Amino acid sequence: MSAVATGSVAWSRRRLAFDRFWRDFRQHRGGMVGLLALVVAVVLALVAPLFIDDSVTSVVSGTSDDFAPPSLAAPFGTDESGRSVLLMVWWGSRTSLLIGFLAALLSIVIGMVVGIAAGHFRGWLGATLMRITDWFLVLPSLITAMVLAAILGGSTFTIIVAIGVTTWATTARLIRAQTLAVEARPYIERSKALGGGHWHITTRHVLPNVAPLLLASTTLEVASAIVTESTLAFLGVSANKTSWGTMLRASYDFGAATAGAWWYIIIPGLCILAVVMAFTLCGRALEAVLNPRLRKAG
Amino acid sequence: MTAPLEAAEPAAVQAAAGPGDERPTHRGTLQYALSKAGGALFSIAMVIIGTFFVFRLLPGDPVRNLAQGRNMTPTQLALERHRLGLDKPMLDQFVDFVGKTLRFDLGTSYEYKRPVLDLIGERLGPTLLLAGVGLVIAVSLGLWQGTRAGWRHNSRFDRVSTGVSLVLWSVPTFWLGLLLLMVFGVGIGPIPGIFPTRGIESVDAPDGFAYVLDVASHMVLPCLTLVAVVYAQYLLVMRSSLLEEVSQDYVTVARAKGLRDDEVRRRHAVPNALLPTVTLVFMRIGFVVGGAVTVETIYSWPGLGQLFYEAIRVPDFTLMQGTFMLITVAVILMNTLADVVYRMLDPRVRSA
Repeated sequence: MSAVATGSVAWSRRRLAFDRFWRDFRQHRGGMVGLLALVVAVVLALVAPLFIDDSVTSVVSGTSDDFAPPSLAAPFGTDESGRSVLLMVWWGSRTSLLIGFLAALLSIVIGMVVGIAAGHFRGWLGATLMRITDWFLVLPSLITAMVLAAILGGSTFTIIVAIGVTTWATTARLIRAQTLAVEARPYIERSKALGGGHWHITTRHVLPNVAPLLLASTTLEVASAIVTESTLAFLGVSANKTSWGTMLRASYDFGAATAGAWWYIIIPGLCILAVVMAFTLCGRALEAVLNPRLRKAG
Repeated sequence: MTAPLEAAEPAAVQAAAGPGDERPTHRGTLQYALSKAGGALFSIAMVIIGTFFVFRLLPGDPVRNLAQGRNMTPTQLALERHRLGLDKPMLDQFVDFVGKTLRFDLGTSYEYKRPVLDLIGERLGPTLLLAGVGLVIAVSLGLWQGTRAGWRHNSRFDRVSTGVSLVLWSVPTFWLGLLLLMVFGVGIGPIPGIFPTRGIESVDAPDGFAYVLDVASHMVLPCLTLVAVVYAQYLLVMRSSLLEEVSQDYVTVARAKGLRDDEVRRRHAVPNALLPTVTLVFMRIGFVVGGAVTVETIYSWPGLGQLFYEAIRVPDFTLMQGTFMLITVAVILMNTLADVVYRMLDPRVRSA
């Protein structure tokens, strides 16, 4: 049997599996609503530069009154410098989503590598990795991320690192458990008997089996990374770029609550809530479809 | 509301006086506790070592960082560097740091010009009060609603309470705090602001019982925010672990004996479902701590979280380092306690 033939068999099997997955996923109404909301949010963030640019966040660009209530010119009112909250929220979504995605990606990649390694290599290496994972698991993640961000200085990159480094442990645990389950199956033994090395077994057999779980946990991780980013921004350790978190910080600093500027507090918060709920709904639906423990037997 | 908590007692008593050979079990538990304590010590050592190196990673000159851009002559810089021991080799600095930390000498805050430990001591009380009251309310509320939701799976109560808690779970703590501050603190439209939003007591705080009421009214909004974001996880875990118990054989047997529905739930299902949930209370203490920092910042609650926040804002690195180590060590100890208590409470894990 040639390598090409094996490859195409594997691929057609994967396409079948994907079709089945998509059919199952569509059964979850919440998941579909979440997915739709996500697509809308991401597309809006991507097309933003076609309509507006960084100047909407410039303090001198504000043309309306400060804290002006919603009107035709500024549908969501204005902030303390007369800038339109709608345009700020739109432009800020780029920073919030970017940090959310990249931080989640970093966290998932670390979690995946450590999890698979800890599950695959028994003995001292696996034990050491588990020790480290457990240590990161007990660290209060928000506090640690605050310290890291404060020390490394608040650029977009350091915020991503601070969130990624403090949140990977949960994924590592999950992936390790799954790796152990996969490696207990007979075909791994067969593969070893045929001379498959560590690299072959982990990338060809373990990885495809843990990939669905990784997808589900990435989705949930993005949601929590976005919340963490906004919390860090609110607590004053973040990039000085406009994001939903920095807007809420400004609303607190400039006394929007006392000034009665409810739109300035409600709109950015609702954006965070909507995106986070969408990711959570998607993630839960993915989990329900993909997690073998939750899936009905059959 | 306290029904699930009362029900926990019989389970604990039964577990403690459970059948089976006593001595090996006890030795096993002791051994387990010792190994867990060893693990905790190792974790704490890693925290101290990690803190030392991370805080030396600070970009730039630490003395200039401490001086926050004030003009200093080279002589002043050198003197300051010598005073802080920064002119010594790294290894000496490390040994110094570890020695001092083990003697609870956390250094002197640059901002307050006072020992960090004194500052922490002053702020500990308000934090324990806020987090303690918040946690008790959140746990009772979560367990009570989780029990009701899990027992009547897919009922209207189940769907509503699970939905509400999922939304609250997704809400960023600080935003919820801002909303509550706006609605109940400042007032919106016809609603007047009814609760104070800053600090722990009024400027002209009265004496005696009136003082207690004053503090309590200051605590309403911070506590409400903390409870709202924390209770959801207890609800969800209690619900799902009760769901697992409901289909067990012993529940069917209890029903077959003719026990009332209420009794089956209170005396059989809930005590078993409670175990993983109670552990979670301790396990997630790090999450509560993160929530407390945010809540204390918003409502200017003079606690440890606000101290940490101020240290980050200044930035006052000695204070930051001290509060960080203290909070982290406290969280590690709570987690270890949870592991040991769980083992003692759950006969299944104990005998394994």
